Amino acid sequence: MAEVTMEEVSKIYGEDVLAVDSMSLDIKDGEFVVFVGPSGCGKSTALRMIAGLEDISKGKVFIGDNVVNDLPPRERDVAMVFQNYALYPHMNVRENMGFALKLRKMSKDEINRRVEEAARILSIERFLDRKPKALSGGQRQRVALGRALVREPKAFLMDEPLSNLDAKLRVQMRTEIAKLHNRIGTTTIYVTHDQTEAMTMADRIVVLKDGIVQQVASPQQMYEHPVNVFVAGFIGSPAMNFIRARLEKENGGYAVTFGQTRISLSREVIGKSEGLGQYAGKEVVLGIRPEHIEDASLTEITSDSDCVTVTPQVIESMGSEKYLYFGMDKEMAAHLESLEKLTEGEGEGADQGGAEGSGSADDFGELMVARVSAESQARIDRSLKLAVDASKIRLFDPETEKAII
Amino acid sequence: MAAASASESRVNLNMLLFYVFLILFVLVSVAPLLWVFKMSIITKSELFASPPTILPNSPTGASYGTIFGDSSFQRALINSTIIAGVTTVICLFFGSIAAYAIARLRFRFKSIVMTLILAISFFPHVAIIAPLFIQFRQIGIIDTYWAAIVPDIVFALPLTIWILVSFFRELPVDLEEAAKVDGATTIQAFRKVIVPLAAPGVFTTAILTFIFAWNEFLFANTFLFDDRTQPVTVVIPNFATVYTVDYGAQAAAAVVVTVPLVILVLLFQRRIVSGLTAGAVKG
Repeated sequence: MAEVTMEEVSKIYGEDVLAVDSMSLDIKDGEFVVFVGPSGCGKSTALRMIAGLEDISKGKVFIGDNVVNDLPPRERDVAMVFQNYALYPHMNVRENMGFALKLRKMSKDEINRRVEEAARILSIERFLDRKPKALSGGQRQRVALGRALVREPKAFLMDEPLSNLDAKLRVQMRTEIAKLHNRIGTTTIYVTHDQTEAMTMADRIVVLKDGIVQQVASPQQMYEHPVNVFVAGFIGSPAMNFIRARLEKENGGYAVTFGQTRISLSREVIGKSEGLGQYAGKEVVLGIRPEHIEDASLTEITSDSDCVTVTPQVIESMGSEKYLYFGMDKEMAAHLESLEKLTEGEGEGADQGGAEGSGSADDFGELMVARVSAESQARIDRSLKLAVDASKIRLFDPETEKAII
Repeated sequence: MAAASASESRVNLNMLLFYVFLILFVLVSVAPLLWVFKMSIITKSELFASPPTILPNSPTGASYGTIFGDSSFQRALINSTIIAGVTTVICLFFGSIAAYAIARLRFRFKSIVMTLILAISFFPHVAIIAPLFIQFRQIGIIDTYWAAIVPDIVFALPLTIWILVSFFRELPVDLEEAAKVDGATTIQAFRKVIVPLAAPGVFTTAILTFIFAWNEFLFANTFLFDDRTQPVTVVIPNFATVYTVDYGAQAAAAVVVTVPLVILVLLFQRRIVSGLTAGAVKG
């Protein structure tokens, strides 16, 4: 077990293609860190540089106290789990798991002991003598995990290990990997494009976009205080809504207005931001998560100015709650470049064509979502009032897209 | 009921047609081989009978007796095996290394390199025979196995490389990366992971190369004069004298020469066909 440190690490392809741009990160011993971002953001490249499968163009990678830049993968003592399992098809499960130990010239007894223990932890003892092709996807993934486990390496590197599994199995394996990490406590770096995996498994999340680290924070911190529009839109599902609004001074405090709506910002929201004053009277981007919007008739807020009157176009009933999709006036809908990038990336991992993905982005890009209680009587095409939880509002600079509060 | 049995009889008819055509196709394909085999087991008088017989009247092993009684033929079989075997081993060694590099490494002008390799086999063999003869005489390898092996390698290697490149490309890179992270050196990853997985492809290539070298005639006939080194392809026409041609013996020799290839293919067929990479990665 060891710390993993990245110091201004860059990956440059050819002359000037920056896949990873001076990434710095301190991963503590035993930490579970998730690299997340849309496709092409550099998350896998970053991981592969730590593994030694990609050269490091600039900067330094430390594993423990040693700079590993010039070490081949085999001397870095890290284990990797690949998206497509990468099991050796000509070896049975036992040989697959023991391969690394055999290369290290470990004694047969010790290899067997470790393989059997890992197999027991992953409940794959029954399959030890089978070839990978006789296993299901979930079982293969367990073997791949087992192959990493027996190594007792300094760190586990996982490159989208669950994205080839079906939805149900993915959720199950997610919990198992989290459990496994709690039990073994080995430093783990996990790459995914799925923000849910990031949120549920990580001690800390690293959000990447275009090779640049956007934010490093705990899941809760990331969810409550995204540093910019991109992170805000990427983390959380359904995604945060963005509205063009105006910030106004209001007897000692501030309020945001859009359309007929005027929401006073509570002291706790304002208190955190020093620079709010300079935006007074100017346009800002208001961000509000779907779960912080409620059917007004189910809350105590009834005054028109605190509410938004909308007409749902689509209602999805989830049983426990309802998702209301509604349009906003064109001038209010915030068109943000970084978010377009985000919807492009949604097709990643699946076989959907890019064209399909961007098509739906055009149709629904301006739709907002509210996540209201199941008791809501909302009907399609019938206007209703929605109440916004003012304490959860985030504001962003429309130019820099950085968070103001 | 009527409809069901009608469709059933249609299925049967389709199956029947399928097998009729299958048998026809196989017969047409193997007819020359069968004819040669028939020639090898009939008597000389039947060989020249007119009209020719379809089935042998009185099968005889005389022709086989003739060729196996001939010590130069036995010697030629051994020579052929040595020439084709050495050619195959050398081709596979260099071919697999070259093909692995071409399939895996990123470098400029890769497609030009591939085309150049293939261009070697565009050369008409006849065109280079005279200069090669002069060179080989200068080096002093005329009448040695090398006089046949060297040109065989030159012309078989492009084939070997092209087949192996396409085969190595099919192997998932992840497996090598997994092996490297698992602690293997590049050589270990190649030897313990890539080679076993590529085995079906390597066998296929080996057989094709072997057949190419085994059947080669022009170089052997030009560079080898001594029957201590001549392969069977050169020796078979020797069953003719100025006055007579022993067609029966030639046919028997042709059969004997073909049989090892058939055995080779049958032996390795399962390895060639087996989907060894199944289960390595998803999909």
